[in-house]
Amino acid sequence: MKDGALVKTVKFKDPVYIGDPINTVRIFNELEVDELIFLDILSSKNQARPNFKVLTGIAEECFMPLCYGGGLRDLEDLFAVFNIGFEKVAINTYAAENPLFISRAAERFGSQSIIVSIDVKKNIGGKYEVMTLGATRNIKADPVEYALQVEKAGAGEILLTSIDREGTWSGFDLKLVKSVANAVHIPVIAHGGAGTVQHICEAAKQAGASAVALGSMVVFQNKGMGVLVNFPDESQLKKVLT
Amino acid sequence: MGNVGSIKSMLRRIGAPSLISGSIDDIQRARKLILPGVGAFDNGMKNISELGLLPVLNKQVLEKGTPILGICLGMQLLTEKSEEGGLPGLGWIEGRTVRFRFDARRKDLKIPHMGWNTVKVRKEGPLFAEMGDSPRFYFVHSYHVTCSRQEDVLGTTEHGYEFASAVSRTNIMGTQFHPEKSHRFGMALLRNFAEKI
Repeated sequence: MKDGALVKTVKFKDPVYIGDPINTVRIFNELEVDELIFLDILSSKNQARPNFKVLTGIAEECFMPLCYGGGLRDLEDLFAVFNIGFEKVAINTYAAENPLFISRAAERFGSQSIIVSIDVKKNIGGKYEVMTLGATRNIKADPVEYALQVEKAGAGEILLTSIDREGTWSGFDLKLVKSVANAVHIPVIAHGGAGTVQHICEAAKQAGASAVALGSMVVFQNKGMGVLVNFPDESQLKKVLT
Repeated sequence: MGNVGSIKSMLRRIGAPSLISGSIDDIQRARKLILPGVGAFDNGMKNISELGLLPVLNKQVLEKGTPILGICLGMQLLTEKSEEGGLPGLGWIEGRTVRFRFDARRKDLKIPHMGWNTVKVRKEGPLFAEMGDSPRFYFVHSYHVTCSRQEDVLGTTEHGYEFASAVSRTNIMGTQFHPEKSHRFGMALLRNFAEKI
């Protein structure tokens, strides 16, 4: 989400307008997705607080579990988001700035509701590095070490995003997903690169992801094509996931 | 957590007019009642009694036979008491609410039980009508109901062990899961409650 509108980026750049978030939620309701994650991608950069008005609209229209992430740095803001009717929150930038916040949030609300979002990019030398602040700040941390750190701090789940794969439809970064999934005991949600149901199967079965997050694949008709909010067919998913 | 607004949205979607209220008059005039639940047992019971609703609820539900559906904490409030608190529940379903208890070695079993899970329907009835044999719903809870009477158990779900995930006794019903978070399954259940009961 950016300025109250739904957008889709590629490698965290060039946001493309998808639509109004509430209308899109209504469509995902029909498509029976398991869970929705809403990320306000500019909140941290703009030092803005969550757009509670939009979130209330989303929560009232949404018929499945919801997670919100974007600029969360305050226990009171977390409380407000849960109160609106979201089941989980995702914390990215602030988790790196202040890991103690994750512990306090987990203590107050239960770790099952606290997702730490880890964005990863490969540097020139081919080494994985964790980025925050909308992929503009390099915190010079190894994703596996950082994941272990946030798990220890109390995170209930990790949303692991490959910045390089995001929006490319080329498949998840299985090596990255596997390294983190093997290291921690909490669920890892693979994110970034999904283009086909087969990719979903790979992330889950080969790389050990407990869940996958889909972006471009569910808002565009196909790679390079126009907006079409969609979701893989349940029987297709069942076939590759069992 | 959980959203009364979502329940109202879902009811609106299926064409069932609803009113969110805590007033005695509204409850008296209602054809059916839904008791949602957010938070802790004692808070729920305290709110009900502080609003002066115990007499009207008992009258409508036990004497008039108004159908009532308790959701999540709402289902737990139907029981006699809960390990979570000290106040008595509504006592309309014989049994109590207890915390999930697992062998410490089962590290894979988390509390709260959070996520999608299936319900095994245990007896005939309109609430789960036309849902196929493995309807799935979204759960978020650390406590669950144990019924004294087997015949009150409408559905069970497994989380470490099997527990009662839905109850029914004449006009009194409850679901531990959140229909308002379970898209088509939740919608089917609320539609059944609105139209078939």
